[in-house]
Amino acid sequence: MIQAIALLLAFQLAGETLRVALHLPVPGPVIGMALLLGWLVLRGGPDDALRSTSGTLLQHLSLMFVPAGTGVMLHAGRLAEEAWPITVALVASTLLGLLATGLSLHFLTRHRAGSPQ
Amino acid sequence: MNGDAMTEIWVYLSAQPLLWLTLTLGIYILAIALHRRAGGHPAANPVLISVSILVALLLLTGTPYQRYFDGAQFVHFLLGPTTVALAIPLHSQLKRLVSMAGPLMIALMIGSLTAGLSAYAIGSLLGASAPTVASLAPKSVTTPIAMGIAERLGGLASLTAVFVILTGIFGAIFAAGILRRVGVKDEASVGFALGLASHGIGTARAFQLSEQTGAFAALAMGLNGLFTAITLPWLLPLMATALR
Repeated sequence: MIQAIALLLAFQLAGETLRVALHLPVPGPVIGMALLLGWLVLRGGPDDALRSTSGTLLQHLSLMFVPAGTGVMLHAGRLAEEAWPITVALVASTLLGLLATGLSLHFLTRHRAGSPQ
Repeated sequence: MNGDAMTEIWVYLSAQPLLWLTLTLGIYILAIALHRRAGGHPAANPVLISVSILVALLLLTGTPYQRYFDGAQFVHFLLGPTTVALAIPLHSQLKRLVSMAGPLMIALMIGSLTAGLSAYAIGSLLGASAPTVASLAPKSVTTPIAMGIAERLGGLASLTAVFVILTGIFGAIFAAGILRRVGVKDEASVGFALGLASHGIGTARAFQLSEQTGAFAALAMGLNGLFTAITLPWLLPLMATALR
């Protein structure tokens, strides 16, 4: 498990380093994810330790949003003041984004073999 | 034990990272149990439940958010290595992802522009202030990218983080039901839409549905972050001129 965590951190560190060195607009962990994907392709897949450690972390992905989410309390004033435009914009645009993505991908791939309908 | 001793213990512990770290984990475990008890119903979202309990607790005890975060930051830190770990489900679905590369790219462009520009347009038309609108625009993107984009657009990073998380919770609760209603049920489309519109929290929800759904969500989250970071900073000023 320690090796798997060290590996994940090393790829995050490599991602962070590339981001700073090349002034990339994407955060270090996302670059680290792409680098690890490349490494997995070269190696033919993760070993058992990496697979199980990653599985455990990903199973609790929700937990990791809790500390930042609790920051909602810092913005109670603004949220109350602009509640109406914020709620409508947030709900409507999320729905539009969701439907635009889901429907376009569904429409573009529905004639493929193996997919239903 | 008398009241003074209790107060003394509280004053000591509430200033320590240990207390808030332990409570964050404990409350999350409780939220997961409630989620299971509710039969995995998406409305019993673990992030929503945990955040609600923690905010109530912090307000009741008069604890500043910063002191809470001093403890909770250890959990927050895990977001980095866990994002890197998304490479594993991506790798296991790689063949399928590559075979769908064309449709995925088109859906990415349509979805990403719709989510970002509609948030900006609706917020502006309803009279939200300029910093609020700039913080709303990148709300479908994963937190660190969204914060960076918002700052470049004149938004507030910490407000953006709140919008991102509210968007994530909203999508995690309603996305699958809404997509099903319009006839979108295949794992690829549901997962990709969840990850694009609701980033990591949508991805967490997608993994509850299936590993395949989760892999598509993880891909959409990464691609939307990249695409939005490149397009939004120069598209929004154009949009602002058009709306004026």
